[in-house]
Amino acid sequence: MLGMILKRVMFAVPSLIGVVIVTFLLTRALPGDPAAYFAGPAASQEAIEQIRVKLGLDKPLIVQFGNYVNDLAQGDLGNSLTTGQPVGKEIKSRLPASAELTLLGLIVSILIAVPLGIAAATHPGSLLDHTCRVVATAGVSLPVFFTGLILVYIFYYLLGWSPAPLGRLDVFMSPPPQVTGFYLIDSLIAGNLEVFWSSLKQLILPAATLAIFSLAPIARMTRASMLAVLASDFVRTARASGLSPYMVIVTYAFRNAMIPVVTTLGMVFSFLLGANVLVEKVFAWPGIGSFAVEALIASDFAPLQGFVLTMAIMYVALNLIIDILYGLIDPRVRLEA
Amino acid sequence: MTDIAATPRPSSGLAALFRHGRYVIGENKVTGFAFGLFIIIVLAAVIGPYIVPHDPLASDTAAALKGPSAKHWFGTDQLGRDVFSRVVVATRLDFFIAVASVALVFLMGGLAGVAAGFFGGWTDRIVGRIADTIMAFPLFVLAMGIVAALGNTVQNIILATAIVNFPLYARVARAEASVRREAGFVQAARLSGNGEFRILLAQVLPNIMPIMIVQMSLTMGYAILNAAGLSFIGLGVRPPTAEWGIMVAEGAAFMVSGEWWIAFFPGLALMVAVFCFNLLGDGLRDIVDPQRRT
Repeated sequence: MLGMILKRVMFAVPSLIGVVIVTFLLTRALPGDPAAYFAGPAASQEAIEQIRVKLGLDKPLIVQFGNYVNDLAQGDLGNSLTTGQPVGKEIKSRLPASAELTLLGLIVSILIAVPLGIAAATHPGSLLDHTCRVVATAGVSLPVFFTGLILVYIFYYLLGWSPAPLGRLDVFMSPPPQVTGFYLIDSLIAGNLEVFWSSLKQLILPAATLAIFSLAPIARMTRASMLAVLASDFVRTARASGLSPYMVIVTYAFRNAMIPVVTTLGMVFSFLLGANVLVEKVFAWPGIGSFAVEALIASDFAPLQGFVLTMAIMYVALNLIIDILYGLIDPRVRLEA
Repeated sequence: MTDIAATPRPSSGLAALFRHGRYVIGENKVTGFAFGLFIIIVLAAVIGPYIVPHDPLASDTAAALKGPSAKHWFGTDQLGRDVFSRVVVATRLDFFIAVASVALVFLMGGLAGVAAGFFGGWTDRIVGRIADTIMAFPLFVLAMGIVAALGNTVQNIILATAIVNFPLYARVARAEASVRREAGFVQAARLSGNGEFRILLAQVLPNIMPIMIVQMSLTMGYAILNAAGLSFIGLGVRPPTAEWGIMVAEGAAFMVSGEWWIAFFPGLALMVAVFCFNLLGDGLRDIVDPQRRT
């Protein structure tokens, strides 16, 4: 067991090295002079030279890479040009907002998609099956920022059920004392139900947007994998032995069908982390996605680089967790290690 | 499914493929519908700018923020520009970005993948490593980083979209090429004295073409979404250029005050285009590779 986990961690190392090299190369690919870029448009020649020495840009590329890795190891992602604040600190304080949104979206999506996929697979050709297919095809065609705007129009402007799409909390409320950084959890710890409801109301629409977006691949995969499992010999045997349909589907088929679904979660996360940026822009969500978009508009490169790196490291970590989870669910994988 | 696969293949060649295609389109109404939509999109991209009722860039502040009417079918935006004209004219740019990026990744990923599958060894390892490194990033985030680093232009949007799709193409091409590595026709070509590169380009590549074309139509939708997403957050296309992603972004602020049409119609156009390409991709796959139908 421990051996398997260690082996998986070893597999993630080359990806991590690749990620660091690519983010380093992205800074060097800046058109023109990076020093002039980092110094800003109003800087004098002298100031640019100063920045060049300060950033170590006068040294050979390999030394620069060494410095970059060294800074990273100390958690230093550089400073933002516009605010002068360290990027690492800013990302750290904004990360819980993004994580809360993404995780809630994913959970809602799984709660809907998995039962829908199973129902579609157990009743092939039924209305439910067709609904599942239409939802899946429409879901992958919907631009995520468009879904978000439509939801805002319907639930905020027309129905007035949801608050204005502006951030995590009502403007008149102060955030709960920070424990996890997730407002839903922190407000419950503080016993402040008012804040809990307010943050939940703000969360529903963006989380629903992300859920609609990731519904399609999960439902599709669940359906396909469930169909394959239901056609297998052991399910036939279980049925022939007189087990109830519920027992066959839930205990025997479902657990086996979940194995390929867990692997597709890796791909779903890739889409979800990207979609997160767009959803945060639509709902003015103060997460790391908006941070990156604001930096883009201001041509501020250090925050963007930090953002790409953080996202990539999180994605590698998520894939690692999925890999380990895969080993836990499927004993055959464990035996191989 | 099996009944299509079991049908004996008629005489090979373009005519047979066409006949088979017509059969599948006739069989599958959805593919026929998608094909019709595709024709409309291509027409809008080619002749759209010449037939729209209004100048897509002409502003008229007196007529700003008016809802859909007989004069302005999709209403007008905050500067009084006709949304319908802008949506139609934008088709060309969005379609161009998608086609260009898919063609580019087809060249890069297809050739690299075929070489990796055919030669194996170091070529395979290098291509595999590049693909793995790209896959280690959330794709949209990597695209953002590439465009921001290389410069905020439409060319770089195309390049970034192509790069993030690279692993997909390289993997498909690699898998298809590696099963044909020792195939009879390859060995025959080798025995008659053809060099390895010549075999790769003249024998293996044409053989995997149908699968690669299906791959292209399946990723067209994603390419459009990716490009529109990038321009939605302010990368690549700059105002006042008409492009679906940036139009949705411009209309986003008016959604909360009830002027829905500014963002809705370009968003709808985007959705229809992506939907069409996805359906078409599925249909094409049925024609080329009936066994993979789901």
